[in-house]
Amino acid sequence: MVMIDKIKFKLISPKMIQKMSAILITTSEVYDADAYPVEGGVMDTRMGVIDPGIRCKTCGGRSGECQGHFGHIDLAKPVYNILYLKPIKTMLTYTCGSCGGLLVDKDKIKDDKTLNKLTVPKTCPVCNEPVEKIKFERPMSFKRGNHVITAEESREQFEKISDEDLKHLNFNGGRPEWMILTILPVPSITTRPSITLTSGERSEDDLTHKLVDIVRINQRLLNNLEIGAPEFILDDLWELLQYHIATYFNNEMTGVPPARHRSGRQLKTLSQRLKSKDGRFRNNLTGKRVNFSARTVISPDPMIGVNDVGIPEKIASELTIPIRGTKDNIDELKACILRGPDAKDGANYVIRPDGLKKKIIDMNKEYIMNEFSEGYILEKHISDGDIVLFNRQPSLHKMSLMAHRVKVLPHKTFRLNLTVCTPYNADFDGDEMNLHVPQTAEARAEAEQLMLVEKNIRSPRFGGPIIGGVQDFISGGYLITREGTVISKELAAQLLFKVGVVVDLKKEIYTGKELMSFILPKGLDVEYQANICKKCGTCKKEKCTHDAYVKVADGEMISGVIDQNAISPFKGRILDKIDLEFGHSEAVVFLERITRLATEYLMYRGFTISVSEEDVPQSVKDDINGFVDEHFVKVYALIDEFNKGKIEVQPGLTPEETLEGLILSELFEIVNKSQNLIAKEAKDNDAQIMAKTGARGSIQNLTFMAGIIGPETVQGHRIFRGYKDRTLPHYKRGDLSAEAHGFVRSCYKQGLSPTEFFFEAMKGREGIMDSSLKTRISGYMQRRLVNALQDILVARDHSARDSSGRIVQFVAGEDGIDPSKSDGGKLINV
Amino acid sequence: MIVGAIYLNDDEIKNHVLVPRHEILDAKEKETVLKKYNVTVEQLPKILNDDAAIKAFGAKVGDVVKITRESVTAGVSIYYRTVI
Repeated sequence: MVMIDKIKFKLISPKMIQKMSAILITTSEVYDADAYPVEGGVMDTRMGVIDPGIRCKTCGGRSGECQGHFGHIDLAKPVYNILYLKPIKTMLTYTCGSCGGLLVDKDKIKDDKTLNKLTVPKTCPVCNEPVEKIKFERPMSFKRGNHVITAEESREQFEKISDEDLKHLNFNGGRPEWMILTILPVPSITTRPSITLTSGERSEDDLTHKLVDIVRINQRLLNNLEIGAPEFILDDLWELLQYHIATYFNNEMTGVPPARHRSGRQLKTLSQRLKSKDGRFRNNLTGKRVNFSARTVISPDPMIGVNDVGIPEKIASELTIPIRGTKDNIDELKACILRGPDAKDGANYVIRPDGLKKKIIDMNKEYIMNEFSEGYILEKHISDGDIVLFNRQPSLHKMSLMAHRVKVLPHKTFRLNLTVCTPYNADFDGDEMNLHVPQTAEARAEAEQLMLVEKNIRSPRFGGPIIGGVQDFISGGYLITREGTVISKELAAQLLFKVGVVVDLKKEIYTGKELMSFILPKGLDVEYQANICKKCGTCKKEKCTHDAYVKVADGEMISGVIDQNAISPFKGRILDKIDLEFGHSEAVVFLERITRLATEYLMYRGFTISVSEEDVPQSVKDDINGFVDEHFVKVYALIDEFNKGKIEVQPGLTPEETLEGLILSELFEIVNKSQNLIAKEAKDNDAQIMAKTGARGSIQNLTFMAGIIGPETVQGHRIFRGYKDRTLPHYKRGDLSAEAHGFVRSCYKQGLSPTEFFFEAMKGREGIMDSSLKTRISGYMQRRLVNALQDILVARDHSARDSSGRIVQFVAGEDGIDPSKSDGGKLINV
Repeated sequence: MIVGAIYLNDDEIKNHVLVPRHEILDAKEKETVLKKYNVTVEQLPKILNDDAAIKAFGAKVGDVVKITRESVTAGVSIYYRTVI
């Protein structure tokens, strides 16, 4: 094997172009009267074939085998290659127009930068001819003094430059005269295929159009040269040729009118093919479109399995998996063929062992079924249980692309279990997701073993569950398991049936905890403090008065409630423990059961919030007003002290900063006190339940709605922007009071005063700015990190290495632990 | 404001609490390490020869240094670096 250690790009020589060329293009005619390509035209078949069945006249290959061959055009007069205008100017400037000698001191040239700083002498140091200044004239000509240098003259000058002088000028990769074209390579037909429209009309590629123009003008110039036409006609044609060749390379040059199609559309020439987002690099090489994929809106389905994904019938009958017929599966596959291309679990194509592909349609399905035998390949629809990959952008971590089992369902959206919203960061406000179908058995096995949802319950980021019950599942779990929930035998039977647990119900009345115990696996032991824990000094353990101490012994729920700390992503202790001790599939079973139980119970009980739940007793309102008054007095006292200059300045701060800090902490104290009061006084309503179980919302949200909003801050300070010495015209200049700088006394339910509303809007705007700026900056930060680290892998000796075997860490992560197979980053005790 | 730098001599660097243990490997030990990880000297992590600790311990370009550090996650972590 030969190792390529470097690739060097050089100028191509006219000789090389000639050598590569299969034919010389001599005529601007493309097709003759019989619509057959003209010999010596730009569509000459010797430059390759695109139509199937025809053989290439140069190499004998069929379409697909022959990659095409270059042709060439002999130009009547040389023209500049506009991609090299800059180096052409350098060569013209620093070499002598008459002898080609180097004009500047060769020892002073180090690189292009120092070269540009050197002054050109008045006379040539080699031949003593006077030297005139070279000027570049837009768009593509050069002037020596007042004389326009033709491409021909430049070429003559370049030919005289010695190889040694070129080295001094740092010109490498060929001869400078090659920057001026005397012969133009014509790319193969495969590079610029013509398309046959449905009307039978042929449509040529933009490059072909451009080449025809070039050949036509070249031919005219050649004829005029032969008949000895007047100079001005020749010059005009020469310039036109230069224009066509320039736009052939780049059709978006400043100062050059772009060549247009008959319809007025700009032609897409060589540079345009490569450049920018829609160019070859960014569109076709860095990113590609793929087959066997689908994209649509997602919607939730609490009854679908955690590992499943619901796929619309329409999509399922479009995506296929190739399956080879064997004696074991042939009857199954034949049944698929018989169901046809439109039915569920049908098939679209059959591939014969000789490679011929046949489309199955309702007309021919019986015939194809009879023909189908061992060794044939059937492109069968994806059906229930097949493995597919499911992805939501932005793909920030490995859980953004997971393998799911197909479940073909009616309607037009992808359905997914709500527990996988967290890893995908998905919601259902119109999110779309992508689906890919692995085509080989190996790919499917790999996806199933490594990427299946259940294998990704434990995130490698923190070694805990990233999949788990959210929102209603948590509220439902709490409502069932809290003290006082009584479930009749009938209801218990209903719920457990929906959950899919079969038990013999012996008692007439069950508690929620007993019901939950049917779902918890036997042998499970956990003890922890639930999210509803009030954090009282010494924990009374299972005798907790708030029922916040969860104890599960041998799968029996002894005390506590199910809430955020039991089943949620990041925090779910019970889920975490089941996944560790009973395995991934057991964790999935548990999750499916507990989420279904929670939803079913919620539907039975009902769960809602209303405005009246934010009602607080008059006494609470009075208390909050009392806090406001109490702390306002303190604030005024502080301001007074400050005005008198008596304030005790904190180290490192100015008196103003000290005052601001003290005022802010006084004002926040009001909110804190109100929050505690509301948490204590609140009735046991659904909004409260959501806040304290961690299902959604927080006590702070409730405080803002029912109690008081408090000081508004922008960038951590009270609001000071606005008019001179005041925020709004409602206040006196220099007023330092709380109200004048964004204190909101109202709550959302009561409504805000106009000034309060204005301050609230300022704070809200900062929030929006923050979130949009932060995601952008941190997103790019993460991208750079990922790009730098992506090809580091863990070798078999547990060392972290890069692609060339260089060691990055001797033990991956220093401890050699895979956090996705650990308990919170610690070793699992086996 | 006072701006300044503290210069430590080699012994001070060697015994500093923040400087992990550096040991220069002899030819035989070097061979064992390279063999253990099946790598060439170029594939080992690098350390500059003007690194303060390297200068203090007197390692030369081409030497392999064993650096033993305390690690929060693993207790002790061992690195081999070649001096460049």
